[in-house]
Amino acid sequence: MQYALIQRDRPDRPSVIPVAGKSLVYGRDKRTIIDNVDIEFGLSPGIVVVLGPNGAGKSVLFRLLAGLLTPDGGSVSWAGMPPNRARAHKIGFVFQRPVMLKRSVIANVEYVLAAAKVPRMDRPPIARDALEQARLSEIATSPASSLSGGEQQRLALVRALVTRPDIVLLDEPTSNLDPGSTAAIECVVRRARDAGTRFALVTQDIGQARRLATEVIFMHRGRLLERSSGESFFRAPRTLEATAYLEGKIVF
Amino acid sequence: MQDLSEAVTAALQLIGSLNPDLLEIVALSLQVSLTAVAIAGLIGLPLGAVVAVARFPGRTVVITLINALMGLPPVVVGLFVYMLLSNSGPFGVLQLLYTPTAMIIAQTILVTPIVAALARQTIEDLKVEYDEQLRVLGRSPLQQTATLLWEGRRSLLTALLAGFGRAIAEVGAVLIVGGNINHLTRTMTTAIVLETSKGDLSLALGLGFILLTLAFMANAIVMLGGGVRAYRKREAGF
Repeated sequence: MQYALIQRDRPDRPSVIPVAGKSLVYGRDKRTIIDNVDIEFGLSPGIVVVLGPNGAGKSVLFRLLAGLLTPDGGSVSWAGMPPNRARAHKIGFVFQRPVMLKRSVIANVEYVLAAAKVPRMDRPPIARDALEQARLSEIATSPASSLSGGEQQRLALVRALVTRPDIVLLDEPTSNLDPGSTAAIECVVRRARDAGTRFALVTQDIGQARRLATEVIFMHRGRLLERSSGESFFRAPRTLEATAYLEGKIVF
Repeated sequence: MQDLSEAVTAALQLIGSLNPDLLEIVALSLQVSLTAVAIAGLIGLPLGAVVAVARFPGRTVVITLINALMGLPPVVVGLFVYMLLSNSGPFGVLQLLYTPTAMIIAQTILVTPIVAALARQTIEDLKVEYDEQLRVLGRSPLQQTATLLWEGRRSLLTALLAGFGRAIAEVGAVLIVGGNINHLTRTMTTAIVLETSKGDLSLALGLGFILLTLAFMANAIVMLGGGVRAYRKREAGF
């Protein structure tokens, strides 16, 4: 059976890319978090890494684009249309802290497949295959809550990928993980990327950004300051803020 | 007044010999309370879940009301149901007063707020944790609620057992609407009241032992469930 995390979409399914925000504004408690941002993800293959100091609005931007938050101004579109639940499974989302359903590892994956309206009898083989590729199949029947932090995050990544989304938003997926677990996550991400899945990644790990970035977006105080290829960003960032950020200085 | 040790011996004999009167009373008590808890679960769990998940005007009032109703005095509920079911009451034609059905109605009213309030708290806490994850999966509010109910199954079972504890142990409501009629509406608690007032402590004590045992068993089931989970976690290396 050719079900795989890494398989590309069937062309007959509706698409959500580009995932775009136009003139996005979002604030909370009288503080502007996202300040008139125009952005699109997923137009070209690869991994777009979003960098920026804490409080730059990276996570909020992802939540706006995923439809988890409603912008105060501007609009979000998926392939040119407003977000809707029917297409939600075409956008994967991995949170900083994985949320495990209180059931077995494989049941966690099957739940996501059910949400994506995959026929019941197809779910177990797809789920098993996906777990196999993330090297989680040996613990497929263990309670998901008994997994280590690294395994839980890998399971969260499997859940995000198993519906074969067009694009996956990763919100600091490895910030709580040890180097080995981080490498395991990056390995799964790379393989999915190579097979055509597009990613947007928020990270504070500059090493990870260098390893994975096709493109880099630099955010500061709710604005996009810079968007360039990974290579040129790390060689010569165009803004003072990005330069300071890369040098580990506090960016004001 | 009987000697206490004599009464205990007689009580244990009643239980040991499976005294038919005693068994009948225990069976009726279980039937009434379990039915009441089942109905309260069917009403209270969805009600609690909806209040936890939905946002509507007056929600805080509803939550406060449900929480306050947890402390309903059984005798007041008994009186209320009595007035509804008595011949001059609006449901008098149904002739339900002094039947097990009347007792089930009264206990359902007592237990439903407990189940609903505990379910509301459980689901609301879970919602904080699961909300974003379920929404990125495109789950509808109804599907989210169903998932949260299943995720909270252990706590919700505890809520049902708390309701059962309340129902099986209360005496005021079943006494008023059931009437403690022998072979018809006599439950463990009403029998204990009667036998104690008659001075026949052996039957009262025997029923008291059984009542205590049931209460312990209800708790043991909850504890055992938790124990199994802890054991599985240890096995997995945590």
